[in-house]
Amino acid sequence: MSSTATTRIVGASVPRKEGVDKLVGRAVYVDDVVREGMWHGATVRSTIPRGIIRSIAFDPRIDWSEFTVVTAADVPGKNHIQLIVADQPCLADGRVNHCDEPILLLAHPDRHKLLEAVDAVKIEYDPLPAVLSIEESEKQDPIILGEDNIIKSFLLEKGDVDSAWTTAARIVEGEYRTGAQEHLYIENNGIIAEWSADNGLTVWGSLQCPYYVHKTLKSVFDLPDEKVRVIQTETGGAFGGKEDYPSTLASHAGLLAMKSGHVVKMIYDRMEDLAATTKRHPSRIRHRTALDKNGKLLAMDVDLATDGGAYSTLSTTVLSRATLHSCGPYVCPNIRVTSRAWATNTVPYGAFRGFGAPQAIFAIERHLDEIAAAIDIDPIELRRRNFLHRGDQNATEQVMREPVILDQLLDRALAESDYYAKRERYARENSTSAVKRGIGIAAFYHGSGFTGSGELYLNSLAGVDVTPDNKVRVLVSNTEFGQGTNTILTQIAAEALGLEFSDVAMAPADTAYIPNSGPTVASRTSMVVGRLIERASLQLLAMLREHAGLGEHGSREEFFAACERYRAAQGKVESLCRYEAPPGIYWDDKTYHGEAYGAYAWAIYVAQVAVDTVTYSAEVEDFWAVQEVGRVLHPILAKGQIEGGVAQGIGYALYEKVVLQNGHMANNQMTNYIMPTAEDVPPIHVIFEEIPFRYGGYGAKGIGELPHDGPAPAIVNAIRDAIGVGFNAIPLLPEDLFTQLEAHKHVEEPVLP
Amino acid sequence: MSTQWPIIRMTVNGESCTVQTPPFKRLLDVLREDLHLTGAKEGCGEGECGSCSVRMNGELVNSCLVPVLQAEGAAIQTVEGLACNSALHPLQQAFLECGGAQCGICTPGMLMAAAQLIERNPHPSMAEIREGLAGNLCRCTGFMRIFESVVAAATQAPESSMEHVSDAR
Amino acid sequence: MRGNAESHQLIAPGNLAAVLHLLAAEPGVWTPIAGCTEIMVAHAAGRLTAPKLVSLWGIDDLRFIEAGDGSVAIGAGTTFVDLRRHPLIAEELPLLAKASTWIGSIANQSRATLGGNLVNGSPAADSSPALLAYDAEIETISVHGRRRIPYYEFHTGYKRNALAPDELLYAVHLPRRFTQHRQYLRKVGTRRAMAISKVALAATALLEHGAIREIRLGAASLAPYPARLFKTEGALLGQRITPETISSAREAILAEAQPIDDIRSTAEYRRRVAANLIEEFLIEANRQEPRT
Repeated sequence: MSSTATTRIVGASVPRKEGVDKLVGRAVYVDDVVREGMWHGATVRSTIPRGIIRSIAFDPRIDWSEFTVVTAADVPGKNHIQLIVADQPCLADGRVNHCDEPILLLAHPDRHKLLEAVDAVKIEYDPLPAVLSIEESEKQDPIILGEDNIIKSFLLEKGDVDSAWTTAARIVEGEYRTGAQEHLYIENNGIIAEWSADNGLTVWGSLQCPYYVHKTLKSVFDLPDEKVRVIQTETGGAFGGKEDYPSTLASHAGLLAMKSGHVVKMIYDRMEDLAATTKRHPSRIRHRTALDKNGKLLAMDVDLATDGGAYSTLSTTVLSRATLHSCGPYVCPNIRVTSRAWATNTVPYGAFRGFGAPQAIFAIERHLDEIAAAIDIDPIELRRRNFLHRGDQNATEQVMREPVILDQLLDRALAESDYYAKRERYARENSTSAVKRGIGIAAFYHGSGFTGSGELYLNSLAGVDVTPDNKVRVLVSNTEFGQGTNTILTQIAAEALGLEFSDVAMAPADTAYIPNSGPTVASRTSMVVGRLIERASLQLLAMLREHAGLGEHGSREEFFAACERYRAAQGKVESLCRYEAPPGIYWDDKTYHGEAYGAYAWAIYVAQVAVDTVTYSAEVEDFWAVQEVGRVLHPILAKGQIEGGVAQGIGYALYEKVVLQNGHMANNQMTNYIMPTAEDVPPIHVIFEEIPFRYGGYGAKGIGELPHDGPAPAIVNAIRDAIGVGFNAIPLLPEDLFTQLEAHKHVEEPVLP
Repeated sequence: MSTQWPIIRMTVNGESCTVQTPPFKRLLDVLREDLHLTGAKEGCGEGECGSCSVRMNGELVNSCLVPVLQAEGAAIQTVEGLACNSALHPLQQAFLECGGAQCGICTPGMLMAAAQLIERNPHPSMAEIREGLAGNLCRCTGFMRIFESVVAAATQAPESSMEHVSDAR
Repeated sequence: MRGNAESHQLIAPGNLAAVLHLLAAEPGVWTPIAGCTEIMVAHAAGRLTAPKLVSLWGIDDLRFIEAGDGSVAIGAGTTFVDLRRHPLIAEELPLLAKASTWIGSIANQSRATLGGNLVNGSPAADSSPALLAYDAEIETISVHGRRRIPYYEFHTGYKRNALAPDELLYAVHLPRRFTQHRQYLRKVGTRRAMAISKVALAATALLEHGAIREIRLGAASLAPYPARLFKTEGALLGQRITPETISSAREAILAEAQPIDDIRSTAEYRRRVAANLIEEFLIEANRQEPRT
């Protein structure tokens, strides 16, 4: 098996494939593209959270003949974005369901003229009562979506929860909340569209999933496959934020291009991107947990609610992943998870690194520390007593068939962070210091790839080809947006084919050339698509050996000579493979039982914090991330993924707050939405334990989302250790610390040294 | 209409150039639109993210906050002017080797901030590196690989480059 | 980007006299701009309404740091990078040196000017608390001449100041007599860098035989403009630093502060942190040996 063999290129930190282009300023992002005669597009948006559009008036001071104006009436096909359920209009038609909902589009050759014109479109509404929180939606009055405001619900049951309460030694309850989070990719959303009667629609843009955009454009424009072409430009960060929104923006730019007859560029500025595009789902998660006298979990009853926003978009699958991660990496015989995604009149929440898992893991890992406090047991020991091991069953009764080394990861994390010595020292020193220190942990797993049968439905196709100028190309729809797709997949192909890294390139991320190997989401690229590239490469070698006389240990020159012979005979040199599920996979979508994920990545994260009692601010001083993600294909890229995810997780816990006023993001500027800077991120120590996964590309499992799961609970647990107060909601800002600390603080006399 | 705009002279990456443009137009837009130097990026338009950072007369500036008239006569350096005769600048080489660039959108500005830092202070402490880069937001890396890149480049810095530095902190 | 460069006229006369004559000829018509770190933000957000702008950037007559016998004069066009690099500022006016590091990031400090920070008049202005604690004086200039006013009288309301329409802020004068004072400055922002103050406090105090003989407190984000805390100063003047003094200082600042709720913080938080800061200052002052 290749995954255990010695490798030349896989496992080495080769230079990032597109690295030099990015470093010299040559990489072309969508806003860097200028086309002859190009027009610019802009969007007129709703200013109320819910209502009927009574009238649209155009201020006569503007010469509207210079502009192209597009409304829902101009949509040639279906006026819907095609995701799981097609309930989100491409352009609002008659009514609006959230602030900043697109209603009307404008195009003009001069982008400055658009600013005034957007303001000159006057829309009047008959407002309807709006629903702006999970609690308001639960009242089901008014009903704003479907029959009950519920976008999706799941019920996951194992054993008999209700019988456990009477026999339990202790029952511990808690409610945990997480806020919305903005991706804050540094490149805003942007698309360029070109329409021609002969070729149909072509779009270029900053996006994660070319075939998602392709699917929506076919439907909105009522075009066949071959008349829609989607090309990814260099993408300046995504994190899930460019999974679904580009389908909307590409539709808009396409509509303006079609109607105006010009190439149209639409680039959001930061204020528009923040106000109008997706965020991480807010959540409220209630735990009721029964334990025996030894601190073993007897029953977990979880009530999980997310705020989905005004349309269903990806809320169903986010809720699914939240549900499946809500009980953590623990053994428990009796489990019930009731989960619901609620509709509200806010901008639809969407995909964001972790996809529901960070919310669920914040709740369970905070809850574990509250349990430990309630039953007076060391939080480390509580986790150890309940960890999943190989052969155990998790919440969906999936048997852990691969090695599980949580104990080993925990030991390593405790040793690296000097956990117990620090706890002891802080307990001693805190009483005489205005700065209180603490240390906390989180233990968690993250499922790699699509949930349940998802990968089978995707039916991904990927492969390699060899061009006449002797370049091997990786053929995938998986995209690079910083994580290293280009580098990892070309490493895998070069490794499997016995070539040099420089012999392999990525085919253009252009639906005219690439097969649909699925979206670039769900920590699936290295594991699932990497495996396809490994298989396709080995298949190519077999083809060349069988049909073109390539020897068993052919040199690089012999390889390309064999390719030429093969091309002469067959016309092209191409090898494609389809996804095949690992054997023994069973998943029941109705009962939510079986193999929820093909593989899990496992981790223990430790945060060291300092809470300043003068300013009520908490800072992370040091951070350890210990994980098992299968084989590490590229140590530097892998470290970069973990460090970046941890930094985002720190922001999620302590800094990043989306302030909504009447459903509109009020702090939609970078100066007011606070992400950690180079001075705020602590040293991050990244440690990998490697256990190659036999069904992943060269042994890889998923890595991209994992690091966002652990920081928030580890940090808030550390704050509990520092000051003895458990906080159950993030983001945890100084104002929140102040409110809670002052609430039960008696007036102290100042002590002079 | 455009004939009424003033002619503005600058030296950009060592080459003198003139543009005729509205004087209040942002230096960022002049670089990107008039001079077709698209290395500097707009991330926020309000001086928060630093992805438009360039150097103006040897100082780091956010080019989105500079009306081009104020760059009249100035020497501007952008990321396109960092590499020398197609050889990567030591910082670029270090970013490549240490994983300092991921999505790449903050990278041009980050490199200019790093160049500013190590030119004035060839052997910065970690605290000085953090401060020197604090105006350049990176959402991908968590900054660790970037710090490592700057340390690597500073370690390799030839002693001769220290001669420029008149008043290193 | 929501502003249109073509909607604004910008000229750069290049010398101080020409700018002053322009302001005198058309008072109130021209908006002086310098490092543009504030005005370009308003422009990007589509909030800049001023049609006529006159640039002060590059006018050497406004960019100086001059040490006199009794005071230091800092030209309004001096950037915060200039201030950070000047040995005299670091030596004698450490609170101003420290405040200079708070202005955004290096790229902002290389452009933002001391005069711009004051004329912009944000309640959260980073340089103001230190200048108030150092008893700064403002020198204005116009074609009619120059005048001086105490800095604590410069701000007259939210984003309003004592400049006449034809006047420029010319220089800030700082007395050179604080080396024996206890000095304190702390900013509480949203993060370590690139932060806007939720509250900031600067203090200088001279202790004689354990009693506070002189004290100046300057604060940001506790009022509609950066302001001296005269009432709190009054509660401390002449007192020895005891737990009772600290308690009364806390009470005084809680009463004197008039912060607001906004999207960055809450009034209650700001008020309480201000009280904690003054307590921290007094405890430090009691412990600290004066600088030599």
